[in-house]
Amino acid sequence: MLSYIVRRLLLSVLTVWAVSMLSFAIIQLPPGDYVSAYIAQMQAMGTLLSEQEAANLRILYGLDQPVYVQYLKWVGLAVQGNFGMSMEWGRPVLDVIGDRIWLTLMVSLSAVVFTWIVALPIGIYSAIRQYSLGDYVFTFIGFIGLAVPSFMLALVLMYLGFVLLDANIGGLFSVEYADAAWSLDKLWDLMQHLPLPALILGLAGTAQMIRIMRANLLDELRKPYVVAARARGLSHTRSVLKYPVRVALNPFASTIGYLFPYIVSGSIIVSLVLSLPTVGPVLLKALIAQDMFLAGTIVLLLGVMTVIGTFVSDLLLMWIDPRIRMEGR
Amino acid sequence: MQTTLTQNRQAPLLSVRNLKTHFFTDEGLVKAVDGISFDVRPGETLGIVGESGCGKSVAARSILGIVERPGRIVEGEILLRREPQNGRAAEIDLTRLDPDGREMRYIRGGEIALVFQEPMTSFSPVHTIGNQMVEAIRLHRKVSPRAARERAIEMLRKVGISRAEHRVDEYSYQLSGGLRQRAMIATALSCDPRLLIADEPTTALDVTTQAQILDLIRSLQAQNGMAVMLITHNLGVVAEMADRVVVMYLGRVAERGTVDDIFHNPRHPYTQALLRSIPSVESTPRVKLPTITGSIPHPYNRPRGCPFHPRCPSFIPSRCDQTEPALGPVGPNQEASCLLYEGA
Repeated sequence: MLSYIVRRLLLSVLTVWAVSMLSFAIIQLPPGDYVSAYIAQMQAMGTLLSEQEAANLRILYGLDQPVYVQYLKWVGLAVQGNFGMSMEWGRPVLDVIGDRIWLTLMVSLSAVVFTWIVALPIGIYSAIRQYSLGDYVFTFIGFIGLAVPSFMLALVLMYLGFVLLDANIGGLFSVEYADAAWSLDKLWDLMQHLPLPALILGLAGTAQMIRIMRANLLDELRKPYVVAARARGLSHTRSVLKYPVRVALNPFASTIGYLFPYIVSGSIIVSLVLSLPTVGPVLLKALIAQDMFLAGTIVLLLGVMTVIGTFVSDLLLMWIDPRIRMEGR
Repeated sequence: MQTTLTQNRQAPLLSVRNLKTHFFTDEGLVKAVDGISFDVRPGETLGIVGESGCGKSVAARSILGIVERPGRIVEGEILLRREPQNGRAAEIDLTRLDPDGREMRYIRGGEIALVFQEPMTSFSPVHTIGNQMVEAIRLHRKVSPRAARERAIEMLRKVGISRAEHRVDEYSYQLSGGLRQRAMIATALSCDPRLLIADEPTTALDVTTQAQILDLIRSLQAQNGMAVMLITHNLGVVAEMADRVVVMYLGRVAERGTVDDIFHNPRHPYTQALLRSIPSVESTPRVKLPTITGSIPHPYNRPRGCPFHPRCPSFIPSRCDQTEPALGPVGPNQEASCLLYEGA
């Protein structure tokens, strides 16, 4: 078992390395570089940059060197915890990302928790009472949740909040805390702002999870071990909750890994609409401006989180399913 | 032998009277069990035989009250008799109990236990054997987890599982099919039921293991005097194990009687045909065994009259396809539902 975990850890490091190369390469793929994007931007504002100035800028940012040299330099600094300068912001990348990565984590985690809290019981109910009125109602609501784009839902909720409550329900902090240093009050303020983005971001995933849980449980409910448990004298509720639900939980555990990047990349537009201080909007801008180090760092961090998430979900799976535990031996 | 004879004169342990379990599916009504009656006496083995889909398993699940929707018991009585004690009635009709109520759950596993044919999947893949045995024991006995575990290990030993104290912590996929069925039997018997319903207990096992499991059931039965209801399509198993036999066809009882009568003097054409289709040592090599012509009718279109008439060699035109025969005596301990004997 220990050797399995060690092997998984080594593989994770390899994966992160591959992710860093890929992300760097993909960001390089579009024609031009930061300087040409910058020149275009300047031109649009009426300023013309000379060839000499452009060349100087390229030397300053190291863009005149081959890609692999740029990559090695970046990685060399990154392992020391220095992710370089953001070209667009003119500040260290870590400064720009700052709290945003943790806030992103918070928003994503609360969206996941919301998804689970809602999807698990509803999925179980829908499976046990298949084709009942409740099952149809939840299925209907679930499909609506799946079909409505989340930014649209965000807009509607913001509009309703503004009209009915006369409040701006966007953002993660009230005005007075937005730039304040971290304190318990600020944390409490954050907690109060979290539910709405969690609901909006979690809804699509919730609908999906309800369907997955329902389908899995329906498969398991017909298995002989459930009948056997009932025949031993277990009540219907306990025989369902103890056995098939436990088996049907597997897909929940195995999706933790990819839920995180899924929510981050899916949340960019919602974050813009709700003006959430997450990494999503920053990533979008960095990609447009070809701000390589900033974009590369964010993609790398997301990659690392995914790898960690997958690792955690593997551990969880080992914990809930002995068959997987045995394979690792 | 003497004891079984005296026991047989006692009132039956379980009486099934005109039981009907129907399935209300979208495609139509399936009368899986359609008016069957039989008794199980204390300490005896009752064999229930029939082809796949004749309603044997549904009958077993009806007795335990675990028929899955859209199935439902629509008529009949299932009477369980016990010594009057602790204010409990001496005779209860299981069809009147709430299937998920306390009383029914006490009977399920405590008084009537079930072993069935899928030993591969009868245990949860993510719980240990011991976990499920302890759960069963503690549902019916007020004992500590430690005592329940001891009991589980003792039961595993009793069914011939070596290193029981290790096996108890193993998962079902770590055991072979035969061992799983042994563990299943150990679980079923851990609360000393008075009736064991064994639904095709050896179908999924190889022949050697089959014989071992049957021996095991027989010796455990001799030890604690429980009754066994053995459901199978294997006539050889019935001949070897059963005291009395019920032959089912399409949800009804075709014939019932003692094992000797059924095997040596079958009266119902269906029983006769079944027995002809068993290979024996005396049969001529390279000659095809006789089969029952035709196939089981689709459950949505039961034939009118006697359900067996389209396949019956003794079919009486304009009689068998019109009148539904009732179960009537054809010998001192033998009854058949066939128009050949009606009024005779």
